Amino acid sequence: MRYSGFRVLKEALTGHKGWQPVWRDPEPQAEYDFVIVGGGGHGLATAYYLAKEFRQSRIAVLEKGWIGGGNVGRNTTIIRSNYLLEGNQPFYEFSLKLWEGLEQDFNYNAMVSQRGILNLFHSDAQRDAYIRRGNAMILHGADAELLSPAQVRRAYPFLDFDNARFPIKGGLAQRRGGTVRHDAVAWGYARGADRRGVDILQNCEVTGFRIAQGRCLGVETSRGFIGAGKVGVAVAGYSSHVMAMAGLRLPIESHVLQAFVSEGLKPVLPGVITFGAGHFYCSQSDKGGLVFGGDIDGYNSYAQRGNLPVIEDVVEGGMALFPGLGRARLLRMWGGVMDMSMDGSPIIDRTDIDGLYFNGGWCYGGFKATPASGWCFAHLLATDAPHATAVAYRFDRFRRGAMIDEKGVGAQPNLH
Amino acid sequence: MLIEHPLLGPCDAQEFVYKGDACLIDRPDGMAEGAEAAFYEHVYPRDNPAGLHRELWFHEQGDRSWLVVTRNTRTHEIVKVELARDFARARGRGR
Ligand SMILES: Cc1cc2nc3c(=O)[nH]c(=O)nc-3n(C[C@H](O)[C@H](O)[C@H](O)COP(=O)(O)OP(=O)(O)OC[C@H]3O[C@@H](n4cnc5c(N)ncnc54)[C@H](O)[C@@H]3O)c2cc1C
Repeated sequence: MRYSGFRVLKEALTGHKGWQPVWRDPEPQAEYDFVIVGGGGHGLATAYYLAKEFRQSRIAVLEKGWIGGGNVGRNTTIIRSNYLLEGNQPFYEFSLKLWEGLEQDFNYNAMVSQRGILNLFHSDAQRDAYIRRGNAMILHGADAELLSPAQVRRAYPFLDFDNARFPIKGGLAQRRGGTVRHDAVAWGYARGADRRGVDILQNCEVTGFRIAQGRCLGVETSRGFIGAGKVGVAVAGYSSHVMAMAGLRLPIESHVLQAFVSEGLKPVLPGVITFGAGHFYCSQSDKGGLVFGGDIDGYNSYAQRGNLPVIEDVVEGGMALFPGLGRARLLRMWGGVMDMSMDGSPIIDRTDIDGLYFNGGWCYGGFKATPASGWCFAHLLATDAPHATAVAYRFDRFRRGAMIDEKGVGAQPNLH
Repeated sequence: MLIEHPLLGPCDAQEFVYKGDACLIDRPDGMAEGAEAAFYEHVYPRDNPAGLHRELWFHEQGDRSWLVVTRNTRTHEIVKVELARDFARARGRGR
């Protein structure tokens, strides 16, 4: 079933009786050419591009719960490509370009909204650093624009510009950045993959790998053994846990990140804003809720819930920047388990075990990466060579001292 | 979270700075044969278990002692707290 304006009209006139489930619920087959572990954004996008762009078949996505129940449905939905470093910026720009055509590509309304992202700065040194980053972005073909305080004031008059400690001295804008309806991304990729014959197997937890003579033959699951030509693991916060079943130890720690949403308000925030003097960022959803977040809780955690001190810290940052926030009531908050890598950048690589591939270490920035991550992982799985924009995302960069450390904080996963 | 400090009794976790897996105590000898590989293992890969985890907490806004806390990463429940000094000595460290 294709979606179109005509279709919506027809269904409206016929009592919406014609809509059908958009993906099948198949029984697992004994064997596939490609088994993708993890039905989050990255796993589903990988399966979709494997089938569509790389013309592969006999593909399954194995998800221990329901698709979209992980971080893809828990994040604060921000997309952007405002990175500094060589290894990152081309990849994230590739991703942003894919976002721009995504809805037409998979014929699903993911509410991609390029409402712009604005990183505010509060000191001369920070302005210089942001100018440098803006120039790096432009050199890689992305868009970046430096805004004066007056320009920022025009769009966001209610911010605390003359805050005694953190006056707003301007901002670095990326107008092509924005937000996307996060779970629609999972559903859109799932539907697109299913239509191309991919089996999406929910409630199918991988509990082990069958490995013989250095080769991965398939996966043990809660629904029985499933043989595989190649296995690609994209399980985000559970990366260390799953890869340990294959005997691998990763340069990753799992940490919890919280997100918050206020009651629905009339439109106040036209784009995404980030505070440069504390960790706070905010956008307004199409339903009117202010969606915001800040730092991770800071200690290893697999609990999908955070603790109160970080809530206080995030809200303090919010109040320092945006005092009107204090008038809104908090509606909900939740947490997700992040795969924090040691340098803050991801890994898309093969492992020492033949036929076993890994995609992870996305920290709290992997949503924006979803299309490019899926594309690059599919490229690696199909061709056994890294995609041109993902050549730096190798396991051995830590051993070689070739870290991609955007923040320059070293091997401190809880600071990335 | 409350951390049961062996000397001070229960303290708010907010008084501490989290320093990661307690395996960091076992710092390799930089002069030894194969130090480069040993340091790679020390600095980057982690067990990162879903369950009991032994980790370092530094009481920065308290008595500035280092603790080894055994905590369940699935529930945040703390099952054991030791002084890092005692923990290191029990592993054969002289100081
Ligand atoms: C609060 C919060 C805010 C965020 N905000 C942003 C943002 O604004 N912008 C941005 O770019 N990124 C953001 N992120 C990060 C982003 O959400 C993640 O990096 C990204 O979603 C991870 O990839 P994924 O979608 O594949 O993960 P997930 O959706 O978590 O997918 C992994 C899947 O693997 C499954 N799985 C785990 N173990 C097994 C197993 N043994 N067998 C089978 N399946 C298994 C899980 O159930 C899960 O569904 C945020 C994250 C959080 C938590």
